Amino acid sequence: MRHVSLIVALAAFWLLLSGFYKPFLLAAGLGSVLAIVWFTDRRMKVLDLEGHPTHLSIRALTYWPWLIWEVVKSGWDVTKIILNPRLPISPRLVRVPTSQKTDVGRVIYANSITLTPGTTSLELDEQGILVHALTVAGAEGLATGDMDRRAAAFEAAL
Amino acid sequence: MTVIFDIASWLFIAAGAFFTIVGALGILRMPDMYTRCHAAGILDPFGVSLILVGLMFQAGLTLVTVKLGFLIVLLMFTSPVSTHALGRAALHHGLKPLLADDKQTGDVSSKR
Amino acid sequence: MFTAATLALLVAIGLAIGRACLGPTVFDRVLAANTIGTLAVCLMAVYGFLTERPEFLDVAIVYTLLNVLGTLAILKFFRFGSLGDPEEGEPADRPEAGR
Repeated sequence: MRHVSLIVALAAFWLLLSGFYKPFLLAAGLGSVLAIVWFTDRRMKVLDLEGHPTHLSIRALTYWPWLIWEVVKSGWDVTKIILNPRLPISPRLVRVPTSQKTDVGRVIYANSITLTPGTTSLELDEQGILVHALTVAGAEGLATGDMDRRAAAFEAAL
Repeated sequence: MTVIFDIASWLFIAAGAFFTIVGALGILRMPDMYTRCHAAGILDPFGVSLILVGLMFQAGLTLVTVKLGFLIVLLMFTSPVSTHALGRAALHHGLKPLLADDKQTGDVSSKR
Repeated sequence: MFTAATLALLVAIGLAIGRACLGPTVFDRVLAANTIGTLAVCLMAVYGFLTERPEFLDVAIVYTLLNVLGTLAILKFFRFGSLGDPEEGEPADRPEAGR
């Protein structure tokens, strides 16, 4: 199952980059795809739930638009701060608890925090994430735990 | 129809160029390294993605559009990773972040 | 329109180069270099449209991957003093050891 999805993804990537449909190039693409699947599975042993999380692909369609909207909102806030001549920043470090169960979920949450302008995850461990926030509003927005809940729901979709 | 696409593409590219310059300005203006990360975070995925979306409108439904979409997704995945690695490396190196402990916000920016 | 976008990107690259020259710590310079890389990716895409040659996009995709790998490699080198050969006993597990 996971092999098939990796083969499909890699073949789509090959066709996307090449754009030619000559027999030699297609054969070379097939050979490369099979070699990569063999290498990731047998030699590197990363073709598992963590290395290729296929179960998350459906839920991404609802999580990503929400995340993009968050990025736009906080991006506008940070833009106003940068263009303000007085530069009204109050940087602070906060520790945010995580409620995700797996490592993939925690990484998704930390990356979502970093992707949103105004908050950057500095350190990630079992208990929580050390976040550097640009303003008080950014730190308080994280403290409500909305993004935490959504990331946990995203991760739980199996 | 093409006129609508042209206008939409122009708007996206103009917004993207604006946010890109604002982000670069922020990188130059911010007082310490961790706050500069935030300015890079507005430039990296946000401004650049807007420009690329504008280019998608310009390209129409071709392979070029798919490539641009793939490029946007790739940037969305890689830019937080490098920002996080940067912040973590700086923290472990012992670089103290500039913090405002409930003081006036003005004196943080003057301590440059 | 593409000319304006190219000019904006060039201005942004100029500002980032300013930070790379000023930057007090090495991390500021790495941040500026990473930013310049991302801007260069976007510049490649826009320039491909400006000259009606979208083949530049392939270069842009590969450059995105090289950009993040280069940043990670530089940071790892500055943190551990090596690029972390697995034979040397996994420096990633002991963050304080290699400093």
